[in-house]
Amino acid sequence: MKRSLLALLLLASAVLAVLLSVRFGSVPLTTSETVAALRGSGDAVHRSILLDLRLPRAVLGLLVGGGLALAGSVFQALLRNPLAEPFILGISGGAAAGAVLVLALGLTAAGSGVLPVAAFAGALVAILLVFRVASAAERTLDVRVLLLAGVVVGSFFSAVIALILSLSEARAVRSAILWMMGSLAGANWGSVMVVAAYTIPAALALMGLARALNLMAVGEETASYLGTDVERVKRIAYGVASLVTAAGVAVAGIIGFVGLIVPHGIRLLIGSDQRFLLPLSFLAGAAFLALADLGARLLLAPTEIPIGVVTAFLGVPLFLVLLRRSLTG
Amino acid sequence: MILEAVDLVVRYARAKQRALDRVNMRVPAGTLYAVIGPNGSGKSTLMRALMGVVSPESGFTRVGGMESRSWTRRDLARAVGAVPQVEHLAFPITARDFVGMGRYPHLGPLRPEGEADRAAVWAAMDRCNVLDLAERDMTTLSGGELQRVRIARALAQEPSALILDEPTASLDLRHEMTIFRLLRNSADRGMTVLLITHHINLAARFSDRFLLLSEGRVAAEGDIREVFREEILAEVYGWPVAVREDPVSGAPLVTPLQEPTASSIRPL
Repeated sequence: MKRSLLALLLLASAVLAVLLSVRFGSVPLTTSETVAALRGSGDAVHRSILLDLRLPRAVLGLLVGGGLALAGSVFQALLRNPLAEPFILGISGGAAAGAVLVLALGLTAAGSGVLPVAAFAGALVAILLVFRVASAAERTLDVRVLLLAGVVVGSFFSAVIALILSLSEARAVRSAILWMMGSLAGANWGSVMVVAAYTIPAALALMGLARALNLMAVGEETASYLGTDVERVKRIAYGVASLVTAAGVAVAGIIGFVGLIVPHGIRLLIGSDQRFLLPLSFLAGAAFLALADLGARLLLAPTEIPIGVVTAFLGVPLFLVLLRRSLTG
Repeated sequence: MILEAVDLVVRYARAKQRALDRVNMRVPAGTLYAVIGPNGSGKSTLMRALMGVVSPESGFTRVGGMESRSWTRRDLARAVGAVPQVEHLAFPITARDFVGMGRYPHLGPLRPEGEADRAAVWAAMDRCNVLDLAERDMTTLSGGELQRVRIARALAQEPSALILDEPTASLDLRHEMTIFRLLRNSADRGMTVLLITHHINLAARFSDRFLLLSEGRVAAEGDIREVFREEILAEVYGWPVAVREDPVSGAPLVTPLQEPTASSIRPL
């Protein structure tokens, strides 16, 4: 498929996703009410629903989805492993341990910011721990050790979570499990700003590494010979992709499939050149998660489905169709 | 562009033995220089040291008069095209895009390929006779096609020197000859070519000078008469050989003898 056409389609889907997300929700509004509210002439409550609830939630979906798909694509190139996704190196485990801890201790009553801050802190602990283990030998970052360390640190945090949950009350367990399934329900302009502050500079930095990541896919020795400072690229790619993931997890919990399926889907359509794969994965992840959230809100309204369920239900069949098409030529 | 090693000693982390032990060599421009020796004699390590990806324990390597470790990676990639022995592609890529990677050191992170870059890519692919493979996926190429595309990538760098680690390994006769002739031709055009190879007879026929490594040490260095001597080759390879003049090419022809003699057998 032509890359420019795909970019246009994805951009249009992202815009459409935002428009639909603003238009539809549990409070039924007509199109004219929506337009009136957006123009500032309508009902104040309607206006607040659109601008303070639905719009930031849609924008947060774009940022988190784009960030996860971008991070997934970077991890796949860095680890030279098509099974890699943003949570493979234990970030989700660390974030979840932080979140579950404050939920179990009942600290979330102190304010809406406590949960994301705790999740982010947990993610940072996991990132630093994995990095320290993987870079211990001769100040070089061994990606095989990175993968192993990430998986082991992730398992450790799973045990921490299991321990905390087993000692917690049923209500805290339920909120913890819901948090771990991922949701954009907590979106507000504050969380949008925080995630944007991480995701947008990070996206630019990672896209600047696109050529170097192409070379890494051939091998570290070759990448060096073709002018890449391999150690620097590995550190930046790991650090930046991890921070984007951590910011996303902190505000939206663990949303699976986006970071794995979106980069592969785009790869099947346009190939593995990171210069195009990274920006198009970002766009696709953004549109995909915003649409998935719309589905999560509307399909069984007024009950919200966990967004991870929607991403899997939408993403897996879509991915299988692409995979089949690529195999049959 | 001169490639040099001066009293070079390399030891890998946690290794008891030195991978390279007081190696001296000098490859001037316009030379095809063959590095030969048994498996594990330090040939690939010499390449890594010249390319600045392993640090010497003592001594140094120089590229164009400047120590390898002092070059920025990007400047070194513009000066020297290096093709390592093995590469494992993690994701599919077309031959054209693979050769295009040779332009990366000229482009930096964001600048797109220009007319000159595209011309360099096509010229390199043309010289290696791989133009018709341009749109093929690298994973579908045969051994001979793959090696030629990898050499094309190095030529696309438009370097002053080439270092190749066994580019003819597992190739058939015709493809071996194609690659040796291409390298000979590059040296004749003024390029510095350092070739690591196990094809000692083709090396003898095409190269100007030779470095014979044995367990990290220089067993012989010099022109054909200094290196292609029966007793030296037999000692280094641990197998008796006869060195005769090839009736066709006139170059020395090394023939392994049928049975190892008691004096030449070294425990492996």
